[in-house]
Amino acid sequence: MFTKPMFRFVPDGTKIRFMNGRFAGLIVSAVLSTGSLILFFHPGLNLGLDFRGGVVLQVQTPQAANFATLRSALSQAGLADAALQSFGAGKNGVLISLESRNNAAQTQTAITEAVTALNKAAPGSKILSTQAIGAAVSQDLFRQGLEALGLSFVMILCYIWFRFEWQFAAGAVATLLLDTTKTIGFMVLTRIPFDLVTIAAILTIIGYSTNDKVVVYDRVRENLRKYKTMPLRDLIDLSINETLNRTLGTSGTVFLAALPLALFGGSALSGFAWIMLFGIVVGTSSSIMIAAPILLFLGEHRLRRANAPVKTPAKARAQ
Amino acid sequence: MLYFSRAKTFGIMLLCALGLLLSLPNIAPRPGWWPGALPWPQVHLGLDLSGGSYLLLQIDTSAIVQQDLNTLVDEARQALRAAGLGYTGLHADLASGQVLVRPLDGQSTQALAAMRKLITYTPGASSPSVSVSILPNGDIAIAIPPATQAVRNSQAITQAITIIQRRIDGSGVLNPSIQRQGSDEIVVQLPGISDPERVKTLIGTTAHMTFQLVDTNAVPGQPVPFGDEQLPMSDNPQQQLDVLSTVAVDGADLEDAQASTDPQSGQWVVNFTLNALGAREFADVTAANVGKPFAIVLDGKVIEAPNIREPITGGSGQISGGFTPQSATDLALLLRAGALPAPLSIVEEQSVGPELGADAIRAGALSLSAGFVMVLVFMAVFYGLFGWFANIALVVNLILMLGILSLMGATLTLPGMAGILLTLGMAVDANILINERVREEVKNGRKPLAALEAGYKRAYGTIFDSNVTTLLAHVTLFIFGSPPVRGFAVTICAGIVTSLFTATVLTRLITSRWYVARRPASLPV
Repeated sequence: MFTKPMFRFVPDGTKIRFMNGRFAGLIVSAVLSTGSLILFFHPGLNLGLDFRGGVVLQVQTPQAANFATLRSALSQAGLADAALQSFGAGKNGVLISLESRNNAAQTQTAITEAVTALNKAAPGSKILSTQAIGAAVSQDLFRQGLEALGLSFVMILCYIWFRFEWQFAAGAVATLLLDTTKTIGFMVLTRIPFDLVTIAAILTIIGYSTNDKVVVYDRVRENLRKYKTMPLRDLIDLSINETLNRTLGTSGTVFLAALPLALFGGSALSGFAWIMLFGIVVGTSSSIMIAAPILLFLGEHRLRRANAPVKTPAKARAQ
Repeated sequence: MLYFSRAKTFGIMLLCALGLLLSLPNIAPRPGWWPGALPWPQVHLGLDLSGGSYLLLQIDTSAIVQQDLNTLVDEARQALRAAGLGYTGLHADLASGQVLVRPLDGQSTQALAAMRKLITYTPGASSPSVSVSILPNGDIAIAIPPATQAVRNSQAITQAITIIQRRIDGSGVLNPSIQRQGSDEIVVQLPGISDPERVKTLIGTTAHMTFQLVDTNAVPGQPVPFGDEQLPMSDNPQQQLDVLSTVAVDGADLEDAQASTDPQSGQWVVNFTLNALGAREFADVTAANVGKPFAIVLDGKVIEAPNIREPITGGSGQISGGFTPQSATDLALLLRAGALPAPLSIVEEQSVGPELGADAIRAGALSLSAGFVMVLVFMAVFYGLFGWFANIALVVNLILMLGILSLMGATLTLPGMAGILLTLGMAVDANILINERVREEVKNGRKPLAALEAGYKRAYGTIFDSNVTTLLAHVTLFIFGSPPVRGFAVTICAGIVTSLFTATVLTRLITSRWYVARRPASLPV
């Protein structure tokens, strides 16, 4: 452990014919992404408070919470829309959510009413946290987040286009879009709330996934210069195999870093961490099974020039 | 590969030391001998870690417009009377944001001239105070130009911030942060407070106090007489009281207010003192209305309406409205701090109690350190000695990141911490790339030194491209994202920059020192 490496994912000289499974990979990915899109529209994302607007109170009751009593106390106080949910390990944690009110003043009144009703129904309760967001603010946040995300995709597209070829850029961005839709599908299925925190998780995944794709593409670019006559399909397989230890190594590290967060990180972090774990698995497999096949299809007759030197933007400009 | 000039080595060490120095304030308390002029930069803990309240307030700009239009109506009335001109239908039209008046037939030219006298130019302002025009139907319209209104709104926000600052300071909350956001919003952050409801009341109350005479002739149940208004009692909103609309004394003339107990009744009261102008007005009104009830109105609600027993000439008085010690203290604080220029509403609130913050920190810190240890062990198992070099770089990276974030005064939230951990996970990617390359070169039959050189050189291109792509994406997010997303993007960007330095430059320095000292026959890859 202190001098020599003790373990490797794959032995040297591994030659897996990844491109044999290119159709299977693309089909599985297309099916999963289509399914995710359907899930996105029905039943839809579990929007968090940030994007839905409304009120969430985190309450700790002195004894085990009696939901029936609390519910009737809240509806008697005129808060018929109050939804209750337990949280945390014990039976004392209750989340009370209220829908968005017409205006800020009514929202504040609703909070006060809820707290009063709560103290009557379960005296000695503690309000651990209060969150209230107006509907207008939340819609702004949502729109702004999506716009920023779209623009950052465009930036990735431009940079890879500039440094590589357009086939690489198209492959990378298409794969990133597929990855993102699958993550959304995962969030619909697990009911992890979609809020600013989980958006941060999605952003991290996109960053990580881009990184992974660029590393594989970089090796393809290098091999294109090195082996001028090798068929593109073999060349992509070779490149993936050569970078396989690094791909699995980096994914493994990030996966291990996120795993304790998902298991023990508490309510604030576990949603974030589960999305990360899912995204790492999807991002790693898509670099091999999606981004590479797309490059193969797009570049089959364009990127291979058996007789002419391979064109790269840098060289093309120098000539 | 091997050669690092003295200057370069020194520079690298200096940068690491600087990072350590900058991150120190986060782990050690500020020492007494530290000069006050020098900063002691710290990463701020977000609400989810420290507990406390975040409030996003929005100022009701329509109330400012309404006030301004009402003042304009008064000014127009006085100007027309002074010019001896008749008029009908003088009113403020809120929908169109202007004051309308119909001059008598044949007097429209004189009326227009009188109205034009209302136009004033503030030095430095780009637009006049009001614009006057005559409408096709013969009405004269007096409007406030949008640019002037914007300046007024902006002044109101500044004034509101000052008043909120005074109120919060008076309530004993430490280290509040009050900032303007956009054209009509104020962000208030109150770390570590345990009772957000009290502060919300303190901030959300307009605290506009007026003294108005009660109309004793009004008959309950009948329509409200002209010049009167009906206001609810603050302790019993169903009960209404008819008071004269004309404000006898305005709370703006208050000089001081203090809560105390009344020696006779033992009840909590608020004693107030008026300034010279207010005291004179107060004396005049009370002298003329001995024996009649006098209403004390706060934000449209009557606190009490005691009878005037004798003229009050000293300019001081007492409010007793069934107060608790807390409510008396808060009312006195509100009156001292002054009224808000317009009502504020809380459009967004986030309050975290101290217990939850502590729990979140414990669970978060434990799992984050577990994740960090996992990364270290992983690198050691997979890459042996070179993995340990990467681990040293990783720790330095963490220190540098902390230093940069402190320098920027960034706010650290739990998701932000998770982001940092994941950046560290990605930072080892550079070392993994280098180590894999070196290994390939060794397999290709290169000698140790040549393999190291080729490995580093070739891995650079890949590291550069992958990091720049990620960096660009996050810079875009920073520029176009909403504030929370921006905070996250900054953390990631800082992580990418520091990891590029530690994972390539620093590990190379360590590796070259190791090679020079040992001259190994083969590399441990």
